[in-house]
Amino acid sequence: MNKERAKLHGRVHVFGDDINTDYIIAGKYKFKTNDMRELARHAFEDIDPEFIARVQPGDIVVAGNNFGCGSSREQAPLVLLHAGISAVVATSFARIFFRNAINTGLPVLQCPVEGLQNGDQLSVDLATGEIMAGDGRKWQANPLPPVMLQILQNGGLVPHIKKHGGFGFEGGAAD
Amino acid sequence: MGRTIAEKILANHSGQPARAGDIVLADLDFIMGQDGTSPLAIDVFRQMGGVKVAEPSKAALVIDHNAPSPSEGVSALHDMMRGFSREMGVQIYDVGEGVCHQLVPEQGYVVPGDLVIGADSHTCTYGALNAFATGVGSTDLAAALYSGKMWFRVPPTMRVLCHGALAKGVTAKDLVLFLVGQIGADGATYMALEFAGEAISQLSVDARLTIANMAVEMGAKAGLMEADEKTLAWVAGRSARQPQPVQADADAEYEKVLEFDVSDLPPYVAVPHRVDTVVPVSAVEGKRIQQAVIGTCTNGRLEDLQQAARILAGKRIAEGVRLIVAPASRQILLDAIADGTIGQLVAAGAALVTPGCGPCVGTHNGIPADGETVISTANRNFKGRMGNNKAKIYLGSAATVAASALSGMITDPRRVADE
Repeated sequence: MNKERAKLHGRVHVFGDDINTDYIIAGKYKFKTNDMRELARHAFEDIDPEFIARVQPGDIVVAGNNFGCGSSREQAPLVLLHAGISAVVATSFARIFFRNAINTGLPVLQCPVEGLQNGDQLSVDLATGEIMAGDGRKWQANPLPPVMLQILQNGGLVPHIKKHGGFGFEGGAAD
Repeated sequence: MGRTIAEKILANHSGQPARAGDIVLADLDFIMGQDGTSPLAIDVFRQMGGVKVAEPSKAALVIDHNAPSPSEGVSALHDMMRGFSREMGVQIYDVGEGVCHQLVPEQGYVVPGDLVIGADSHTCTYGALNAFATGVGSTDLAAALYSGKMWFRVPPTMRVLCHGALAKGVTAKDLVLFLVGQIGADGATYMALEFAGEAISQLSVDARLTIANMAVEMGAKAGLMEADEKTLAWVAGRSARQPQPVQADADAEYEKVLEFDVSDLPPYVAVPHRVDTVVPVSAVEGKRIQQAVIGTCTNGRLEDLQQAARILAGKRIAEGVRLIVAPASRQILLDAIADGTIGQLVAAGAALVTPGCGPCVGTHNGIPADGETVISTANRNFKGRMGNNKAKIYLGSAATVAASALSGMITDPRRVADE
């Protein structure tokens, strides 16, 4: 992955375990429109009503186990992107959310990052998996498999498919 | 080393060894989208440069989550799906046909050995028919319509063996709630589940669909069962395609094997706001409810409606309780009309709504008020799930929901069944 593009830095928003897609964007909103900017105004509304006033472009979501569990709604990673979130670091992810994040170009890293509070600074290197807090504490995540990095590097599955005219590994396993 | 059901199905569809952890590009047998996910997928399909669906006969769109439309915004999205269906020659199931996860198996789109994706998390339901079926988002749906393929990371498998036989008055829903409680909401994340054992074999195919439906509530990618005579007979009545049943090898490599004797299980409920906080119904008996819901992709099938009708026939639900019934498909509604089930439920006070997802997803058809308590046959009780984050949702079987509607409080159905 492009080295500069792989490095992210932002303030964190900390969430706990089992943050489901209804909490990220409630079902009652997601069915109403395809306009993600409108939907993004309701991100985390039921569990953190202040989030949308607090969030700044480039911020990073840090969470516990099973982030994004629940429905398959792709609006979940999309509203995070439209709210300005640059990456999600969680102890673990629900698998559909994880796929959807990669497919929509939202970087996700699996790593237990604990002891942070809202507003703390965090740096993330997607290519190496290195994560560092503003106070110097470090964590090491497993880097993403090559196929996922490629899709992320291309900005999501749409630009990836347009670039390759397909998945880009039709002939066999990715890398 | 032998292979799991998931490894075999993904190998058969990718031409690669497909061992757990491998990433494969695989050919899909069927692709499904619903009205919460398809509109975004249609946008994405166009952005990809899509002008035709790779194999229109292997795809269907279903309008079930908001059916009939409750707003102009939703109507516009439905209209977009109808236009795409006409343009691409993809079958659409419009308002009133039913819930996608009932329609896809019922209409014969899935046979044993298939590889299926659906842009809905409960696509894992078809695992009960020995198909590797998994939920995806809108971009994966768009790419699948565009190419007929999808990439998969081959999941490791957790085998769940259920020995014994369920006691009288205890249902498949109680069994799967017990399993969700044991395994946890993220206990099988990234994994395929294989459900096996005599307690599973004894269940009807409809009841097995209830169990596979909730695999995703344990974080699983798929909830697989082997095909037996019941499966093959069920499928033969619906599909002309040749099943390719896939069995796990005796020496398959599992991430984990869990064994339970389920003979003594009582009816269970999941209590607010987590699907894996599961207790025997007896532990919360007496809790007042204001709304009861029977339906959804988990428990909206004929035998669920019949279970409820056996409890409610000739009686009247408690004052102050609303009972909402949403059959999972038009066919189920017709069958339940024909055998008198619907008449019994409506006479007992049920409000019948359109076959579809109904109130489960919180957009219409029964949004609870602040502070209300709901008991539902659905698969999720997240805060806000039914459209109000100040309501509480309990999950149980159709029998438990019916018994609770009858008394106005959460009730063990064995108290009122077969009196």
